[in-house]
Amino acid sequence: MTENQINTTKILDKDGFETMYLNMGPQHPSTHGVLRLGLVLDGEVIVKAEPDIGYLHRGMEKLAEKRTYQANIAMSDRYDYVCSMNNNFAVALAIEKHLGVEAPIRAQYIRILMAELNRVVNHMLFFGFFAMDLGATTALVFGFREREQVIELFESVSGARLTYNYFRVGGVARDLPSDFVEKTKVFIRFMRAKLKDYDNLVTDNVIFRDRTEGVGKFSKEDCVGYSLSGPIIRASGIKYDIRKDDTYSVYNEFDFNVPALENGDCFDRYLLRMLELRESLKIIEQVLEKLEPGEIIAKVPKVIKPPVGEAYVRTESPKGELSVYLVSDGSANPYRFHLRAPSFINLQILQKVLVGVKVADVIAILGSIDITLGEIDR
Amino acid sequence: MGILLDEAPYILEKFPGGGFVITSADWFINWSRANSLWPLTFGLACCAFEMISANMSKYDLDRFGVFPRPTPRQADLIFVAGTLTKKMAPRLKKLYDQMGEPKYVISMGSCSNTGGPFYDSYSVVKGVDKVIPVDVYVTGCPPRPENLIQGIIKLQEKIKKDTIKNNGRARIFNKNKS
Amino acid sequence: MDAQEYLTKIKAKFPDVADVPAEKLKDGIPALSCPAASLFEVVRYLKEESLNFLMNLCATDYKEYFEVIYHFTSLENKVKLALKVKLPKERPAVASITLLHAGADWQEREAFDLLGIDFPGHPNLKRILLPCEWEGHPLRKDYDRKPDQYD
Repeated sequence: MTENQINTTKILDKDGFETMYLNMGPQHPSTHGVLRLGLVLDGEVIVKAEPDIGYLHRGMEKLAEKRTYQANIAMSDRYDYVCSMNNNFAVALAIEKHLGVEAPIRAQYIRILMAELNRVVNHMLFFGFFAMDLGATTALVFGFREREQVIELFESVSGARLTYNYFRVGGVARDLPSDFVEKTKVFIRFMRAKLKDYDNLVTDNVIFRDRTEGVGKFSKEDCVGYSLSGPIIRASGIKYDIRKDDTYSVYNEFDFNVPALENGDCFDRYLLRMLELRESLKIIEQVLEKLEPGEIIAKVPKVIKPPVGEAYVRTESPKGELSVYLVSDGSANPYRFHLRAPSFINLQILQKVLVGVKVADVIAILGSIDITLGEIDR
Repeated sequence: MGILLDEAPYILEKFPGGGFVITSADWFINWSRANSLWPLTFGLACCAFEMISANMSKYDLDRFGVFPRPTPRQADLIFVAGTLTKKMAPRLKKLYDQMGEPKYVISMGSCSNTGGPFYDSYSVVKGVDKVIPVDVYVTGCPPRPENLIQGIIKLQEKIKKDTIKNNGRARIFNKNKS
Repeated sequence: MDAQEYLTKIKAKFPDVADVPAEKLKDGIPALSCPAASLFEVVRYLKEESLNFLMNLCATDYKEYFEVIYHFTSLENKVKLALKVKLPKERPAVASITLLHAGADWQEREAFDLLGIDFPGHPNLKRILLPCEWEGHPLRKDYDRKPDQYD
């Protein structure tokens, strides 16, 4: 049925050989979800690549117009289900911009703490899936073990393991339990010790390096032209991070570096996420020092009806620039809700970069972009 | 050969002691099927992460004999984990048809049970049982891994009540027999 | 250059571009309203003046008209700017900017798929999120859903 959607005309090369159409279909162990890649092959080399998305299109932007503003925060967990706290953060900030309220300082610190913990989870899962796609299955078990520790912290705070619905308009839902700070410090010590193990297992591994170094280079012009964002552009040399360059919430109170590397190949994208993980741990430690008792939610009306207007709010999620464009018409439901998803825009570069590479490198390049189908298809 | 094996239980019943042979064979075959369920990794959305979590070291599913396979030809169980959309539904049917008998379906999460939080969307199938027959429904959004393990145990109990008189053509033509 | 200088330069060069009243813009990003015919030239001018990063492209259905909004920024001097284009209700069409910004490719396809806005000049304008035989454009306010075999 959707064979119509991908152009499968056979192309003859100069020796008279025909090309072959290979369908990396929606059900595939390495495509991180229901993504379909239509590849036209000449032997082992790719001549044309066309991603086909929409197998998880749930119509969330239309549903957002029927739900209330607070229900939209609850639904935003399902966009990028690996880092749900960051989705909540973006939507809550957009609604607060409309209302003109700001969360109290303790709530802001808790929000940043949750967002950075979720960044740690995302980069650990990236590590697990990327190494597993290239053959090192053990790395996935390590990634999920680290995730379980952080999930226990999130569960003590919000009650859920994946869809937290923890943020509210004007603050957060519940205060931290009394032993949260202690447990987080234990986790940070544990995580720092384990990072050395991962360097030995994966980063210094000869096979991993051979498969990722020099593969899938993104140039700076590509990054700007295709509107890429996040760790991908920082690995290509563009040092741009919305937490520093277009700062939101209270990120300007914390001291952290924004790493940037030069080559822009798969190995650099992997290494950059490992460096960012260490910076996130630094931010978490600083937040834990600065936490003071206080209010956790500002005064907002029970039924939220923002005045007529529109707002575009940018945040830095672990995958790139996650932004919300929200139009309000004065009623209790949004008029238009659009999520600018980083994975949707980052995936466009596959059409250009996959031409001329071998089939085995497709998995490495796709894994290094780090996508989640929930926010691509919405 | 297949027809002989399908008719064999009905013939054996007529002999004295035939019933005992059938129930012993039942016990052995059901025990081996229930303790080596190999699922197809069919994670669609958020529930996929809880499914993978259940296979990992904290909630180990390998101790139940569950070993995920990437191809439907080698699988006899399918976890439909996540929202099924109208674009994906024909592909799910194709994959289900490629699995060999006997095959079981566990519908994981509220999106595949009834459409979930997206029940009023224009592109979501309201429940995976509109496309394929389901044996066990696991509730939650997403279900905890312990919940999924309970679903597998319930499926094992269901398999253990099965009988070889239901094999082959009887299973295909009277689909929801047990 | 900061945002006000950009606005004055653009309004001087393209006289049919107008300001958008600031009370409705809650995020502090200045916005300009541009007619559909001169959009491509304005975007080309912005790209030469180093506002060359397209952050977002999306479309909205206000009941009497459609509106497409483009958000631009510059990675060097951190200025942000928005362009809004009003389109008529029947046969909405605005020139595609994929030649200037390759990242607009899928975003324009999504606006076509969900809202039915045409982008002449786009290399591959077909449905992206919905199946190719779907009828109608769901994000329009007057979309009427017909029940099918899966409902």
